[in-house]
Amino acid sequence: MSSNVITVPVGQTQAKPWVDELHQWLTTVDHKRLGILYIVSALLFLAVGGVEALIIRIQLMHSHNNFVSPQIFNQMFTMHGTTMIFFVAMPVLFGFANYLVPLMIGARDMAFPRLNAFSFWLSFFGGLLLYFSFFGGSGLYGAGSAPDVGWWSYAPLGARAFSPGHSSDYWTLALLVSGFGSIGTAINIIATILCLRCPGMKINRMPLLVWMNLVMAGMVLLAITPLSAAQIMLLIDRYLGGHFFDTQAGGSAVLWMHFFWIFGHPEVYVLIIPCFAFMSEIIPVFSRKPIFGYPVMVAATVCIAFVSMSVWAHHMFTIGMNSYANSFFTLTTMAVGVPTGIKIFNWIGTMWGGRIQFKTPMLFSIGFLFQFLIAGLTGIMMAASPFDWQLSLSYFVVAHFHYVIVGGILFALFAAFYYWYPKMTGRMLSERLGKWHFWLFLIGFHMTFDVMHVPGILGMPRRIYTYEPGRGWDTLNLIISIGAFIQAIAILVFVASLIISYFKGARAGNDPWDAWTLEWSISSPPPAYNFATVPTVASRRPLWDLKHPEDPDSRYE
Amino acid sequence: MSMLQMKSSPSRFLAQTLLLLFWSVTAVWANEPKIASPHGTNIFAPASTPAKSIADLSVFVLAITGMIFVVVFALLVYCVVKFRDRAVDERREPAQVYGSVQIELAWTIIPILIVVVLFLATARVIHAVEDAPEPAGAIEVTVIGHQYWWEFRYPKLGIVTANELHIPVSDPSHSTPTFLQLLSSDTDHSFWVPELAGKTDLIPNHPNRMWMDPQRTGVFLGQCAQYCGTQHAKMLLRISVDGPEDFAAWIRAQERPAVEDAGALAGRRVFEHNACMNCHAVGGTQADGRFGPDLTHLMSRATIAAGAAENTRDNLRLWIQNPSAIKPGSLMPAMKLSDADLDAVVTYMETLH
Repeated sequence: MSSNVITVPVGQTQAKPWVDELHQWLTTVDHKRLGILYIVSALLFLAVGGVEALIIRIQLMHSHNNFVSPQIFNQMFTMHGTTMIFFVAMPVLFGFANYLVPLMIGARDMAFPRLNAFSFWLSFFGGLLLYFSFFGGSGLYGAGSAPDVGWWSYAPLGARAFSPGHSSDYWTLALLVSGFGSIGTAINIIATILCLRCPGMKINRMPLLVWMNLVMAGMVLLAITPLSAAQIMLLIDRYLGGHFFDTQAGGSAVLWMHFFWIFGHPEVYVLIIPCFAFMSEIIPVFSRKPIFGYPVMVAATVCIAFVSMSVWAHHMFTIGMNSYANSFFTLTTMAVGVPTGIKIFNWIGTMWGGRIQFKTPMLFSIGFLFQFLIAGLTGIMMAASPFDWQLSLSYFVVAHFHYVIVGGILFALFAAFYYWYPKMTGRMLSERLGKWHFWLFLIGFHMTFDVMHVPGILGMPRRIYTYEPGRGWDTLNLIISIGAFIQAIAILVFVASLIISYFKGARAGNDPWDAWTLEWSISSPPPAYNFATVPTVASRRPLWDLKHPEDPDSRYE
Repeated sequence: MSMLQMKSSPSRFLAQTLLLLFWSVTAVWANEPKIASPHGTNIFAPASTPAKSIADLSVFVLAITGMIFVVVFALLVYCVVKFRDRAVDERREPAQVYGSVQIELAWTIIPILIVVVLFLATARVIHAVEDAPEPAGAIEVTVIGHQYWWEFRYPKLGIVTANELHIPVSDPSHSTPTFLQLLSSDTDHSFWVPELAGKTDLIPNHPNRMWMDPQRTGVFLGQCAQYCGTQHAKMLLRISVDGPEDFAAWIRAQERPAVEDAGALAGRRVFEHNACMNCHAVGGTQADGRFGPDLTHLMSRATIAAGAAENTRDNLRLWIQNPSAIKPGSLMPAMKLSDADLDAVVTYMETLH
């Protein structure tokens, strides 16, 4: 291609650097650029999913509201859930993994750079495919409509009898396509970590972020594959006369639930483990101490991964499983709380006796710890299956998983943004805007999701486009909606800060946080080849060793 | 009740304090003016054994998780305050501590013990609620979920009704529980009346069972809890818990065929000459459709459209003329009747006591 010389008219030569730059971004196989592409595309989808959430919250502000029709409302919660899980949370975490893993293990790129680019574009176009349903969802003959079957698309609601047209096919295909992207990225992360570590970086010297992403990638392989299989079965049902989930022909609705949740629950850990990874890097640096109990943290992560593969049916306590099955899944679900608790204690142990610096990344990390503690405890409540018979499918469960995803995952992600943005761009994010962002978001979050537990206890089911007056739900829902708007304002502050700081932020230098992992040993942003000479490490904190030659870590490990 | 026997007195005290706190908080919210019913949908105001054992267990779990929260939260706050960076410090790094096997063991073993206790307490309630045998005198009802309404059939009594379930109050000394067989004719639904029992899903090809023995009379509210399609939100549920005499009277009334009122013959003709009877049944006439609710005793119900509107003449008229005005996305078609036919058929409906 490049050998085809095209004569460029004189007036257009000015535009060439810009076109070149764009071309380089679109064709890049550099893990850092792909990481940033993942992150930016996730932020775009975050904005879209956020608007959908606001539409939901306006509609629910008071009883019998008519802001949107039930059809639109059902599309909104379906698209909100699907977007946030598959096109925001997973891509943004893959983006950070892509960017950071090679830098932290002293590698020059991921193991399979082309697969890496392929995976990103699959994921991105999967998202676009999902949103094309707004135009093409009903097929060629009419106006489009987005899928409205909920993000689980429970059988038989997703069958052709109940979802005619093509809107739910867009859902199926988008998840299938982006699922292949996720599998590609997972293989890539595993291969990179196992094969490309620099000299001296034994497996028990890897930074915890690398360890946890290794575990996350393994879980992606185990979790996404059954989802993809189920999507193919659903397509066979819908177009080739299959009857896997077609209850009208003897198929099983419960089979779909099993397939979906054997993906769906490990998926929660696929999302939260990389956030544990952020915490395990950020908390030590801002406490000025090494992570407390490194081997235990690794063991707890692996333990969570194993146990979380056997808890999926706690999403199905209300489907009429027998008492033995309910007891089993109660036990496994409660058991997963043990290694998770160990992690929280270890982070507190890391801060204990340290010198805690309240920079914005650390503020978000402390917010994470506090909220993740509550999310874990409400999780224990719902693990007690009889309690779940009341709370499941109610607003309590919506509050619980938003506590995990927003209070946990999103707070950890914000911490990661403030922490690694200087490395990615060479500029510091504004501390002042960061504090505004933190406090506004914290207030909005607690207004929304603390209060949201109560209507669940008062019997309000999820996924209803409106509700009857006189149930005691009105005032609560109004408060929840106001909180949602405060969160939206905080997100605007964040985005403004990202943009302003890119042009006007203070220069970061190589190592603005006085940190200890390899990515801080090179310039910000790093050169395309990452390391001019491949580093050699002797401990878990190579930069500590460098800065404290009199007392290196390698002496104690 | 079974829960309380297992608890030592301090945790019982804590549990009761928590229950009181929960009750008062939720009661304040639930105190907004009610239009429909004396009973709300608060899971901490149980009126039947399954709901009560769940609420007891819930308070126990809340007490334990509450204690964990207090301890860990206190640790976190103490840690953040005590070890914050003070400007006066020298720029020296604090002591580098890498871990401690004893401490790790402690915070592994203690949570394991807590999990064991919680699990045993939970398993007991699972067994008590799920494996309860059905006594001989139990009322049996088959509940069939439809997009977006409830069909109730009493197989032993030959009664068919919709959306408003009538069951007898159950005197603890002489228990008359109701056992529900849960079926679905289309998508998944979930039967949830929070003050009487936890929810159980209605899944096609997957019959389920649940039971309740309400100890207070009155109307209990609930609704479909599993997303079942466009009008999931207005698939409401009312359970009327009747005293023994009221229940017997209700049964006698429901067992009769539809009232034949000479004054409503015109309306009956409209009903039977249009598509109405393809979907709706009226006992004792040729109308035997099963796709929509049975209308034999329509006027014995307080609401129409699965609780979406009160059962008044105006609402009936609006509902038959344009169901989307009340419940957009409902599967009932707009009947496009002339005004005269509409009035006639509404008059006929009003005779179906």
